[in-house]
Amino acid sequence: MDTGFFVTWLRDAATRIRLQRDRLTELDAAIGDADHGANLDRGFTEVCKALEDWPPTAPAQALLTAGTTLIRRVGGASGPLYGSAFRAMGKALQDPVTLPGFAAAFEAGVVAVERLGKAAPGDKTMIDALAPASRALTAAVEKGLTPYEAFHRAAVAAEEGSRATIPMRARKGRASYLGERSVGHEDPGAASSALILGALAGVAVKEATKEVD
Amino acid sequence: MKKLINTAQSVVEDALSGMAAAHPSLRVRERVVYRASGPRAGKVGLVSGGGSGHEPLHAGFVGYGMLDAACPGEVFTSPVPDQIIEATRAVDGGAGVLHIVKNYTGDVLNFELAAELCDDVQVASVLVDDDVAVEDSLYTAGRRGTGATLFVEKIAGALAEQGAPLAEVARVAADVDERSRSFGIALTSCTTPAAGKPTFELPDTQVELGIGIHGEPGRRRVPMASARELAAVAMEAVHGDLPLTGDLLVMVNGMGGTPLMELYVVFAEVEAFIRGKGARVSRSLVGNYVTSLDMQGFSVTVCRLDGELTRLWDAPVDTPGLRWGR
Repeated sequence: MDTGFFVTWLRDAATRIRLQRDRLTELDAAIGDADHGANLDRGFTEVCKALEDWPPTAPAQALLTAGTTLIRRVGGASGPLYGSAFRAMGKALQDPVTLPGFAAAFEAGVVAVERLGKAAPGDKTMIDALAPASRALTAAVEKGLTPYEAFHRAAVAAEEGSRATIPMRARKGRASYLGERSVGHEDPGAASSALILGALAGVAVKEATKEVD
Repeated sequence: MKKLINTAQSVVEDALSGMAAAHPSLRVRERVVYRASGPRAGKVGLVSGGGSGHEPLHAGFVGYGMLDAACPGEVFTSPVPDQIIEATRAVDGGAGVLHIVKNYTGDVLNFELAAELCDDVQVASVLVDDDVAVEDSLYTAGRRGTGATLFVEKIAGALAEQGAPLAEVARVAADVDERSRSFGIALTSCTTPAAGKPTFELPDTQVELGIGIHGEPGRRRVPMASARELAAVAMEAVHGDLPLTGDLLVMVNGMGGTPLMELYVVFAEVEAFIRGKGARVSRSLVGNYVTSLDMQGFSVTVCRLDGELTRLWDAPVDTPGLRWGR
């Protein structure tokens, strides 16, 4: 996992968010204020631009650049939350990057989101996708799986976590104003987290394919 | 969707250009709206901000007797820390700066990050959370900031103009929030330029009770009723939370798409309700002040006044959105 791996991850995440922009906005319209897709698309487009303007020379630097850009450019709650997650990951990441090192850094990112957003699992937030992904990564490390398998499991866990927010009643963010009426809708923050984890698994597939070649 | 825009992406930028062109008393730089006259030495600076789409809030309240700077974010999206830091440093006249923050997760996070990074300026902040439609409990993000934001900006602005120190301005600002309650009712959803279609579907025969100012759905839907009945629903909610007594400052606020004539119809009912409870409308405001794009509907905000707050409310103000006495 070199610097290129992380840059590709962030770029692929940007592409997935762009392709799913309308779905994220629709999810947000149901229980929020219909701007999640537009805001994240704008933020990750800026991330791609920042990675071109200041090409990172280390994995941690790529994550720090992404985090700072999201905090400075997105606004809303998702900008500071995703921004802090990437920054905390970047700060915790040791070079050269190993799977155990990545899993530990990812957990630091999730902790940063929990702390800033004062959210816990079950509150119907991005934590409900990120925390299961983090647990999947740790479990994969313990089982001695390859990065590809680990990232695949993390992506699946995030996806399942996001779908598991549908029956939840929101306790944080704008959806919490709805009370019971937030039940029955997938949380847009959890859905975008699943997209970002999906991109991670996708990049790992590309890398694994390269090795086979 | 029919909207007077050039592109959905440029709507905030284009509107700010128009504001700057229309009001020479304002200066717009890097997505911050300032008083053109700059900071005054020894005066506490007032900075607010929030998503765009609520005009005239906040940029329309920049000027003598109210804000020193406003930070507009994207439509319904809080500003970013860079804007807030820039504004805070620029308006500091040496007496410190008060951040007036509406209680939404995004606004709170971005203002907190900015205040942390502005360690060269003395910053205090007040959180506005007046909306009784939201249950204030462990299970929500807390009450939303809506109409009382205008009251806080006006009254704290007057006090700052008179040279009061930061701690005093912050105390009175928090006191105004404490004494204020709001409730809103929507007849239609709003349509954000980016989404291009209504945020929620509301049949012609129904209204949404307890809406916020971002097109977020409310607590409950009920059949459409008369202005008298709807005003009573809003006022009962307010009265149930903060009993109406004494002299009140009362605002009937349009959500952006409702004719002023209808707001006056509502105001008459609100006034009658208040009289019925033995309280008195001492000061009033009727119009579109804290809007939600093109949403039809109204909100009512009530503040229990005392002598000092009345005097500060009456003090001269000169902004594009609010002007008297000067």
